[in-house]
Amino acid sequence: MKGKEKLKVLVVDDEPSILMPLEFLMRKNGYQVYIARNGTEAMESVDKEQPNVVLLDIMMPDVDGYEVCRHIRESEAMNGAKVIFMSAKTKDADIKKGYDVGADLYIPKPFSTRFLIEKIKELTQS
Amino acid sequence: MNYWLVIGVSFCYLALLFGLASWAERRSAAGRSFVGNPYIYALSMAVYCTAWTYYGSVGRAATTGLGYLAIYIGPTLMAPLWWVVLRKIIRICKVQRITTIADFISSRYGKNITLGSIVTIVCVLGIIPYISIQLKAIASSLDILTGVNEVGRSPLFGDTSFFIALGLGLFTIVYGTRHVEATERHEGMVTAIAFESLFKLVIFIVAGVFVTYGVFNGFGDIMQKATQLPDFERLMTFDNESGFSQWFWMVVLSMLAILFLPRQFQVAVVENVNEQHLNKAMWLFPLYLFAINIFVLPIAFGGDLIFNGANVDADMFVLAIPLSEGKSILALLVYLGGYSAATSMVIVATIALSVMVSNNIVMPLLVAIPAVKNNYQNQLTKILLFSRRLGILVILLLAYLYYKGVAEYYSLVEVGLVSFAAVAQFAPAIIGGIFWKEGTKNGALAGIVVGSIVWFYTLVVPSMVGVGMLPNSILENGPLGMALLKPFELFGLQGMDYISHAMFWSMFLNVGLYIGVSLLSKQTSQERNQAEVFVDIFKYSTVFESSIVWKGTAYIPDIKSLLVNFLGEKKAEVAMKAYKRKYPEPEDESGKADPKLVTYAEKLLAGVIGSSSARIMVSSVVKEEEISIDEVLNILKESQQLISINNELRRKSMELRRATEQLRSANERLKQLDELKDEFLSTVTHELRTPLTSIRALSEILYDNPEMEREDQEHFLQTIVKESERLTRLITHVLDLERFESGKQKLNLGPVQIEEVVRESVQTLEQLVQEKNIDLVVDVQHNLPTIQGDRDRLMQVLVNLVSNAIKFCNPEHGRIIVSGYYIDGDIKVNVVDNGKGIDPEFHKQIFDKFYQAQNQNIRKPEGSGLGLPISKKIIESHQGRIWVESELGKGARFSFVLPVRVNVPANV
Repeated sequence: MKGKEKLKVLVVDDEPSILMPLEFLMRKNGYQVYIARNGTEAMESVDKEQPNVVLLDIMMPDVDGYEVCRHIRESEAMNGAKVIFMSAKTKDADIKKGYDVGADLYIPKPFSTRFLIEKIKELTQS
Repeated sequence: MNYWLVIGVSFCYLALLFGLASWAERRSAAGRSFVGNPYIYALSMAVYCTAWTYYGSVGRAATTGLGYLAIYIGPTLMAPLWWVVLRKIIRICKVQRITTIADFISSRYGKNITLGSIVTIVCVLGIIPYISIQLKAIASSLDILTGVNEVGRSPLFGDTSFFIALGLGLFTIVYGTRHVEATERHEGMVTAIAFESLFKLVIFIVAGVFVTYGVFNGFGDIMQKATQLPDFERLMTFDNESGFSQWFWMVVLSMLAILFLPRQFQVAVVENVNEQHLNKAMWLFPLYLFAINIFVLPIAFGGDLIFNGANVDADMFVLAIPLSEGKSILALLVYLGGYSAATSMVIVATIALSVMVSNNIVMPLLVAIPAVKNNYQNQLTKILLFSRRLGILVILLLAYLYYKGVAEYYSLVEVGLVSFAAVAQFAPAIIGGIFWKEGTKNGALAGIVVGSIVWFYTLVVPSMVGVGMLPNSILENGPLGMALLKPFELFGLQGMDYISHAMFWSMFLNVGLYIGVSLLSKQTSQERNQAEVFVDIFKYSTVFESSIVWKGTAYIPDIKSLLVNFLGEKKAEVAMKAYKRKYPEPEDESGKADPKLVTYAEKLLAGVIGSSSARIMVSSVVKEEEISIDEVLNILKESQQLISINNELRRKSMELRRATEQLRSANERLKQLDELKDEFLSTVTHELRTPLTSIRALSEILYDNPEMEREDQEHFLQTIVKESERLTRLITHVLDLERFESGKQKLNLGPVQIEEVVRESVQTLEQLVQEKNIDLVVDVQHNLPTIQGDRDRLMQVLVNLVSNAIKFCNPEHGRIIVSGYYIDGDIKVNVVDNGKGIDPEFHKQIFDKFYQAQNQNIRKPEGSGLGLPISKKIIESHQGRIWVESELGKGARFSFVLPVRVNVPANV
């Protein structure tokens, strides 16, 4: 990874107490980190920064995570970007919907940060 | 007044009736029938008030005093009973297609021909005098009006009343024998009768008003002057015991007459289109009787005063007074009113009698002759119509002759009462017949025959003596000198007036024989069948054809040709189609008729030729088998059971449906509760996941990165603590709420000072307020009354409200006002902020659990989403109320009220 340009990761959540550790974790693992506190911010950031990976909460004020994911999948510039949902919504229907709108992975909260990193690495290497 | 003018007016009036009747029939043909109107029905029943009422009541009042009222009290007493008696008779007649009272009795007692013809004969004998007094009334009124002595004229062609009778006959023939099927209604006639009822009432009242207020100065004046009359006291009091017995018998007689007079039976039963019309008639008819009697006494006394001693027939006072006052137009109108009263009775009575004669005497005689039955069957309808028309003329002629021979010598009421007494003889057989299954044909026959003989002997024979037809010695010494058989003192009974005497003996023997012979004699299966059906008509009337039990073999073509012969091609076809609609089962291959078809045809025929003749006609084309009483009863019972089973089933299935409905809604409620519970659970776990996610991530990172900056470590640990607190708070809230909802939460009651609670709550949040630089004002009234409450819980509410306000007030210039005051027996507390406000749409929902969590737009980081719901529970358990007033952009005002004097149950 070193020498190459850093991968860009966008972390989207409306809970500061979750954003904070994730931001730290991504930076620690050598990613370029962007933060969004709601759906609108997330889409702006997507359009502007075109991140390689988006860690996406679902339940947020204004625009929800599903909508943001759709936006990503409709954008040509975001071709090949990975979307990982991390949500407290754990019902089968919610998870299915997440994959339906184009997620690469759906991780129920609470999750292990080690697992998250592992998965991000898997997704970005292939 | 000019004789020809009056005659002309009379015939013009008759022409008016013709016009009215034919207009009504045309309207009915166009589907806008008058007789669908209950008022028309009630008015047509007022055919009860004839010339007897119109002229005779005044005469009776002037000669015998208050006694005239008895025959109106009877029907008034009877009217409430119509719902029980008359409705039953109407239903029976409709189901069995019965058209006359003779047919009714004959049908009830096994369609017996003898019974039918005897009833018919008694009816004709009994009613002819009644018709005759109508003719007499017309003739006398004509006399008075024109000054020509009509009464003394030679009979028949020299006599105007003869032509009047003829004219009436013509009207009756035209409008009374239109259709051969007597069950079809005479709408034109009924409309004309209703009109006549209205006409005579209005004119009589006008005449009464004229006498009372025109000639005299009101009721008081007449009565005061009348007290001078020598007779006054006698007239206004009941003289002795026989006075009471006379009253009693008069009331009884008229109670029976209102039901069983052929004309009443015709208008009330045969012409009834809707049983519900009885409801109106039950109060309207007595009202009519009351109205037409208001002016009887004033006219009677007025006449007495005006013609004191002069030779004026009291029956004619109502006409004579306007004449003597020179009001000729009024007199002419009064004459017409009387004329209408008389004609209405004559028309209806002759129709009823002619149908009776043709269906119960002529028809049975004809069909009993095999040659006629077999060869002239298709002519029978014509013969039937012809016999009815002829019957009308013959009856009127007989009435005319009776008038000339007898009635001329008696007052209207005297003759009328004889008729009442005649029809009263049918009462035991009819009333017994519809309420007592054991009444037999022999019982009815014995009662009616003996009762009628007594009636004839005690009432008709004396009147014949009176006019010289029989020797006076019969009255004086009894026939052939047998004193026990003196018509007025039968078997030595003395001290009664002649009507009470006749009624006593005839009814005593009639009822006695009816019951006695019925108990001793046996019913045939046919009789039993009819007895069951009549008494239990309301159970059977829903079963279309099963109410006549029949067994045997018949062929459809025979039945059809029978119907064609009596109804005509067209109607027979319509009737067959109606039958097929009702019973769509295919016809039997062999052409055999279903028993239902046979009974259907028999009923149709009964409507045309009477039930006993119909029975004969039907049995002539079918091969019947003997059927035992047991079989009859079984079949009837089965059909009844079928109905009751059906009803039971219907009731059961209704119950079942209701129970299912209840179950479904209960299930629905449970499901909703379940869903709410599910939702609550998933929301709770969701709310738990967020802080847990944070805590786990932070801890893992701390563990994996021991080389972290000290500052970051502290920040991480601090957040972990904060999130743990958040978790704890959430769990406490959930448990709180659960306890309140399940009713386990107990209030720790004690005296509470609201001011103190407010100040303390604000104090705990002081630091937050200062951090956010919020302008917080506390304005609580001093000396607020102490309330009973749970101090800690109320503080929880206030802390919740104030901390919400802190969270949501304007971030730059935050301003919060907490106020408290006493109002209308309550303590009210408001917490007002200047934040962005709450859409009124959500004012109720924010007090729901996790509402903010579900609605992401107003979600805030630190809230558990349970603060307001818990506050609401707390306030409500103090019997208070909490709510919010707010508009978007204008801040919010949360308020609660707590009643000051209320006993909060300690265990809420």
